Amino acid sequence: MHELALCQAIVDTVSRHADGRRVERVEVRIGHFRQVVPDSLLFSWDLLVDGTELSGCALAIDHVPAVVECAACGGATTLDLPVLVCGSCGSTEVELVSGEEFLIASIDRAKEVC
Amino acid sequence: MGRFHRHADGTVHTHDHDHDHDHGDDLRRDVGDHRGYVDTGTERVAVLETILAENDRTADANRAEFAAAGVVTVNLMSSPGAGKTTLLRRTITTLGSRLRLGILEGDIATSLDADELSGLGAPVALVNTEAGFGGECHLDATMVRSGLGRLPLHDLDLLIIENVGNLVCPAEFDVGQHARAMVSAVTEGEEKPLKYPVMFRACDLVVVNKIDLLPHLDFDMERFVRNVRAVNPAARLVFVSARTGEGVGEWCEWLLETQGRAL
Repeated sequence: MHELALCQAIVDTVSRHADGRRVERVEVRIGHFRQVVPDSLLFSWDLLVDGTELSGCALAIDHVPAVVECAACGGATTLDLPVLVCGSCGSTEVELVSGEEFLIASIDRAKEVC
Repeated sequence: MGRFHRHADGTVHTHDHDHDHDHGDDLRRDVGDHRGYVDTGTERVAVLETILAENDRTADANRAEFAAAGVVTVNLMSSPGAGKTTLLRRTITTLGSRLRLGILEGDIATSLDADELSGLGAPVALVNTEAGFGGECHLDATMVRSGLGRLPLHDLDLLIIENVGNLVCPAEFDVGQHARAMVSAVTEGEEKPLKYPVMFRACDLVVVNKIDLLPHLDFDMERFVRNVRAVNPAARLVFVSARTGEGVGEWCEWLLETQGRAL
């Protein structure tokens, strides 16, 4: 639902880091527990960059799995549902070590100012 | 500029850059020997900024303004129709004599909720997201900022921000609040915490509303509480009927505690 607003935020940050150069690819890192629909994000991206200096720039979405580490047994579990339980021993003494990422990781920009 | 560059208060400001504009080193590198990488002509630059960085900066500015005014803020969220406005009516009449309460009312359109809350003794500022904010389904930090000028912040102890009714988007946007609370009505079923985990994980307290309807529903309270605990073991739960007033006292106690603790 809010993917268009998120894309606008990505566009703003990318434009700031582009330094006036052509940007060919943007990589975002989005955790499994974020409520972002990749297709919706890509659709919004194309809509927003069309006809702008970012036109043709690819958006790459790096999906980060949700992983908890267990304080009781030390095991790591990859979660689908957001139920914070260790898959090995069933303990709820777990820490979420990934899955909430929401980053613009990198941009591929032209070396020369266009 | 984009939506995150709105400045509803009319100010013009300069954005912070994490680098200066002296590109001496870059230029030296760029005008050097390009034979090694003429094939692509591009370079990968690490950004590693949160997507919501601009919103978060505005949220920090809001927080600073709240701190300067000595007002504590609670961001109140829920799906549409869960009972936020009815709960706030009760809250104003219950707490009005104990602290100075203000309301920032967020809605996509209409002043219906703001009208319902006005005249009870608490100042109410309305932010309609369709008026200049693209009809967004949530309040972001800039939208909240646009309403602050219409509230006597220095004369308030507690500001409750009634977010747009929506269980998804409001959870993602920091608006500068000190605490987050949500209302979940028993009519919404037991599985909402698993279906909208970001919202349930974001909140410090969950108001379980409409408990006066429990005799008429198949709602399994134990299962609901288990689901809340599964996604957010630390959340406090209060059980309320905003209609009858049952449990509203405990919600108000939490507001008083939050207000006292944050100062």
